[in-house]
Amino acid sequence: MSCTRMENRIVPYVDGRMKENERAQVEKHLAACPACRLRVNEFRAVTGLLDELPQIEPSAAFDARVRARVAAEPVKQSWWAWLAVSPRVALAASMLIAATAWIASRPAIMNLADTDDPQIQQDLPVLENYDVISSFEPLTDLPSQVQTEDTDQSM
Amino acid sequence: MARSDVQLMLDVKAGDEQSFALLLQRYRTPLVNFLYRMVRNREQAEDLAQEVFLRVYRARKDYVPSAKFTTWLFRIATNLALNSVRDNRYQRMEISLDAPVTTDAEDGDERAVDVAEKHANIEQHLVEEVRRKMIRHAVDKLPEKQRAAVLLHKYQELDYNEIAKILECSDSALKSLLFRAYETLRVELAPLVAEQSKQQGQG
Repeated sequence: MSCTRMENRIVPYVDGRMKENERAQVEKHLAACPACRLRVNEFRAVTGLLDELPQIEPSAAFDARVRARVAAEPVKQSWWAWLAVSPRVALAASMLIAATAWIASRPAIMNLADTDDPQIQQDLPVLENYDVISSFEPLTDLPSQVQTEDTDQSM
Repeated sequence: MARSDVQLMLDVKAGDEQSFALLLQRYRTPLVNFLYRMVRNREQAEDLAQEVFLRVYRARKDYVPSAKFTTWLFRIATNLALNSVRDNRYQRMEISLDAPVTTDAEDGDERAVDVAEKHANIEQHLVEEVRRKMIRHAVDKLPEKQRAAVLLHKYQELDYNEIAKILECSDSALKSLLFRAYETLRVELAPLVAEQSKQQGQG
């Protein structure tokens, strides 16, 4: 085994969780490699140093805080239970359903452009531009009398 | 015989609040310690540990014992810790602009040991304190994923497969993560390591 292949095996070797056959391979390499032997010893030393860190104790109020947070949880209810609890919500929901059904049952509004009536086909562009025409300033500036005479002559 | 974690959790699912109290009792200290080493702040660690229990409680109805209980528990804790470490870092960046001088509030934490009791050998006590501080700082300095791996491996003694699931990586990725972490600690703590391995050699 090479030293690079040893790398990922040192920690499992040091903590003693390695399978027997793999352990034998590692030991064979260690017997021949002083550098890896040193590293194994030093990893063991690191493990020992980590043992020196003291544990801390949770504060006395810890459990009480967890219990308070758990108690503050809203009680989970199913959708139907929610409706039963609030008759107003149930009423609103049923009205919404009824309104939707009513709107859906009405015939769709006819699209004017789809019609075959020649008069509608002819007037439709005027209707579509009604906004522009109705507030078209040059038209309002015309003297209304002249407009009337012209109309009379043409008639 | 003590009920297993999975059995307790199934009892919680069935509505037994007492079993939840037992799980709380069993895991509050390991969780608080793990989170304390992750976020380096005691108050925040307790708050996060409470959050872990709250999430366990919330998920009780959907609980399926598909994995070990500890895998699930520490996965929640690790995710909370990693998010929190990232948030803290962002906050600290903002704070550092206003207050470049910071004090290490945590250094006081472990000094709470009764000094008078050890008065007879105050020098020894100081030496130990310096050692502990060095070790703690070396662990704190590890990148957070490596730190989580070391903590779960060393202090929670979870098996490789379990830790890999918690950290969402493969077994071999975990082994290389652990190697890098221990290697960094070995270099960081070189003077202590030399001393320690000499003692071990003698012993």
